[in-house]
Amino acid sequence: MQVEVARPILESNDTGAAQLRRRFAAHGLLVLNLLSSPGSGKTTLLERTLTDLRGMLRFGVIEGDCQTENDARRVAATGARAVQINTYGGCHLDSAMVAQACDQLGLEDLDVLVIENVGNLVCPAEFDLGEDAKITILSVTEGDDKPEKYPFIFSQSQVMLLSKIDLLPYVPFDPERASTFARAVNPDLAIFPVAALTGQGMDAWYTWLKERLAAKRQDH
Amino acid sequence: MHELSLVEGILAIVREELAKHGLCRLLRVRVKHGALTAVVPEALETAFEVLTAGTDLAGALLETELVPLSVRCRSCGQEFSPKDEDRFLMPCPACGAELGHTVLTGRELLIDSIEAE
Ligand SMILES: Nc1nc2c(ncn2[C@@H]2O[C@H](COP(=O)(O)OP(=O)(O)OP(=O)(O)O)[C@@H](O)[C@H]2O)c(=O)[nH]1
Ligand SMILES: [Mg+2]
Ligand SMILES: [Zn+2]
Repeated sequence: MQVEVARPILESNDTGAAQLRRRFAAHGLLVLNLLSSPGSGKTTLLERTLTDLRGMLRFGVIEGDCQTENDARRVAATGARAVQINTYGGCHLDSAMVAQACDQLGLEDLDVLVIENVGNLVCPAEFDLGEDAKITILSVTEGDDKPEKYPFIFSQSQVMLLSKIDLLPYVPFDPERASTFARAVNPDLAIFPVAALTGQGMDAWYTWLKERLAAKRQDH
Repeated sequence: MHELSLVEGILAIVREELAKHGLCRLLRVRVKHGALTAVVPEALETAFEVLTAGTDLAGALLETELVPLSVRCRSCGQEFSPKDEDRFLMPCPACGAELGHTVLTGRELLIDSIEAE
């Protein structure tokens, strides 16, 4: 016999994400899911952000990587609380992994929780982690056609950070083109060109962060 | 990797549905995936074979159906399916407006139905 099912395949991840969302709300936490290809500068952006905003905002960080504790160590060196998840080959974080990492990290006394996802522009976009916003980093060395090739992740994000703009003089990258195509799939996308290494452009990103946190607290 | 975790999700739901309806032999699973999702049908089928081999679900077929992208024009409200080559600017056939339309279909990722005895 035929049975009509009509159930989302990622249902159990979505249920876990809904539980996380309630847990985050209870703590009044702003939660960001940080996405990019491997090596686009996620951890460097975090190091700079956490250092510059030290004393203003309290950050917790969950680091997702296939292997190693390197990124959690780098982030912890800024004084922020950080835990590492290793996926051992898995291409994305799911809500169950994040729930476990939250138990380990503790959500008390934090303003912002950042989840650095596994470097990958495809799979992580499909897995809801209970975040308030997905932040996708595109570095100028990757080429300005990435929003055309990976439209889904840009359609799901609230912010696109164009990173490593200190390298613009050395690589052919048209920020206009990248922005136009990203906005084609997502007209409300906020776009900030930054260089975490030099600090260029970071203030606009910090302003967005603070405004989002204030808005979240108001809803709360 | 991704396909393996999708198939794990599929199998968990399939087992629940079989139990709910008192069925024991799965013949077919029909999956719908939107054009904007990152599903590769062949990879999904392979992962399904691998994860069902040697289990009570072995031999069942996984069928995938692509749900095309369709949008509503942000300017005139016309509903249309952008052609592949227009996938990015998505010019509206009625008024020519580009960019920023509302996505109606193309984000789906679900089990549509199963066949079992
Ligand atoms: N020139 C330049 N290099 C940068 C910048 N940000 C990061 N990098 C370099 O890019 C490389 C990768 O940076 P990471 O911060 O480790 O990137 P990631 O995205 O965290 O990498 P994975 O976690 O391995 O995916 C390092 O060599 C950084 O020094 C920048 O703003 N400008
Ligand atoms: Mg990193
Ligand atoms: Zn129109």
